[in-house]
Amino acid sequence: MSAPAKWTIPEVRSALDARKISARELVDEFYARIKRRNSELNIYLALSPERAYAQADKIDASIAAGDALPTLAGVPLAVKDVISTHGIPTTCGSRILEGYKPPYDATAVTRLERAGAIILGKTNCDEFAMGSSNENSAYGPVRNPVATDRVPGGSSGGSAAAIAADLATIALGTDTGGSIRQPGSFCGVPALNPSYGRVSRYGLIAYASSLDRIGPFAHTVRDVATVMSVIAGRDPSDATSAAAHVPDYGAGINHRLEGLRIGIPDDYFAEGIDPQVRQKVEAGIRLLQKHGCERVSIRMPNTDYAIAAYYIIATAEASSNLARYDGVRFGPRVEGATLIEMYQKTRGRGFGPEVKQRIILGTYVLSAGYYDAYYLKGQKVRSLIAKDFREAFEQVDAIVTPTSPVPPFRLGERTSNPLQMYLADIYTVTGSLAGVPGISVPCGKTSEGLPVGLQIYGPAFREDRVMNIAHIFEKAGGANL
Amino acid sequence: MKISSEDVLKVAALANLELTDGEVETYRGQLDDILTYIDKLNEIDTSLVEPMAQVVAGPADDSALREDVVARCDVIIEVLGGAPNPEAPYFRVPRVIEK
Repeated sequence: MSAPAKWTIPEVRSALDARKISARELVDEFYARIKRRNSELNIYLALSPERAYAQADKIDASIAAGDALPTLAGVPLAVKDVISTHGIPTTCGSRILEGYKPPYDATAVTRLERAGAIILGKTNCDEFAMGSSNENSAYGPVRNPVATDRVPGGSSGGSAAAIAADLATIALGTDTGGSIRQPGSFCGVPALNPSYGRVSRYGLIAYASSLDRIGPFAHTVRDVATVMSVIAGRDPSDATSAAAHVPDYGAGINHRLEGLRIGIPDDYFAEGIDPQVRQKVEAGIRLLQKHGCERVSIRMPNTDYAIAAYYIIATAEASSNLARYDGVRFGPRVEGATLIEMYQKTRGRGFGPEVKQRIILGTYVLSAGYYDAYYLKGQKVRSLIAKDFREAFEQVDAIVTPTSPVPPFRLGERTSNPLQMYLADIYTVTGSLAGVPGISVPCGKTSEGLPVGLQIYGPAFREDRVMNIAHIFEKAGGANL
Repeated sequence: MKISSEDVLKVAALANLELTDGEVETYRGQLDDILTYIDKLNEIDTSLVEPMAQVVAGPADDSALREDVVARCDVIIEVLGGAPNPEAPYFRVPRVIEK
């Protein structure tokens, strides 16, 4: 058969329904593509053909029997390597978990598979999701499929690139300070960071527990909504998952935007933004206005403090979460004369430079005598940033910003200065601290053909609204501005 | 300078991290930059602000609480399969108690 331009969820479904392709042949097709592209792009760290073909055969048997197919029947899925998959290597992009095979599946994976999705393999990422360029992976960086001399963004760079290169139909990523939205922006694909608590994190290997979330990448906002309908909702295995009602996200994306008030934070367009990014995002805002949105200038006065608060909170939580990697229960061990020496050698050699730096910073800000000055101060500033959002949402229905102040940069261009890399996370970190949902949707390209992303924030548990706005924006040609 | 090489070594010991001399110097410089940057938080008065202890307040139910029920969990063999040098049903570590 002739392949569609993009294997979206509806394309997969209609090809299966029309018997143009079997689920098994579709898996063959995707593994053939991966084989062709992966040595250059370095997107997949592990493939799971046994599990993929077993699931495909189940789907094909259902089709042969004339059974009703579940929502995601036959849909090829890529999973970020920080999300547990039973029996499939899960390394978090780190040497310290080399060869580790989880004894169970994350709930998000279980739900997607139960809905018929086919897990192809695990995607590359910054080590323990710490990074904004994918250059912190112990297994080498991913290349951006749109421009292979550029980074794909991070930390979920492999998942974003898998969609951009059409090496999966849907992908799961995780976002702690922007790690879904920013790679979505850099690779030119829609990417949703749901509200804190919206998607179960059971089986997500923790980085910063008060910030970590799981969310989807896909070719279209409609497909993002379809995935959300499957993975959202309360999970008894995750006490932080919310019981809030899960609406029909697919039905909600077509509402007209007339009368919606969109807030544009003046503070976000101040210094440091690339002129071409600003120009595209301004064009994006005008497109939304053309579709009936009312533009409202708002202030988010504590934005300037978000990065500092974020790096205190995230590293503090990381230093605690990563204490478990000590060579006792999983991953390689480096022997030592004493137990402590074994811990120190295993951790010293198993973790990469960025992870060690963050563990040291996090341990420092939590250590005796510094707790009040750093961690407590950070938590108070976090309250102020959440208040900025609460007050903004009293005036507007959604907030529109650039996803990243810069387009994708060249590999190696920014690795020498971690602080400079952190500062570029400003537009995404604020929403991470506040717990609100945010989507990045393609918003034109620079003169060099590099993707720009428009970010839409909504109030907590209103991912229906941000996907609605993003879907209309996408249909109106937002990607081609 | 906010942080010395001794500070880095002290914190690395708390975190059970073995560092090379080169790493100590690299991290000292990077941490110094970051902690200096973080100082900007002192510009804002937070004396009347409550720290954010919970990210998103859920609906007013206690669904996070449940009965504590014993369930079977037959993963010992699989878990030990991923451990370095185990002796079923135990993990094994260097001797911590003198003979």
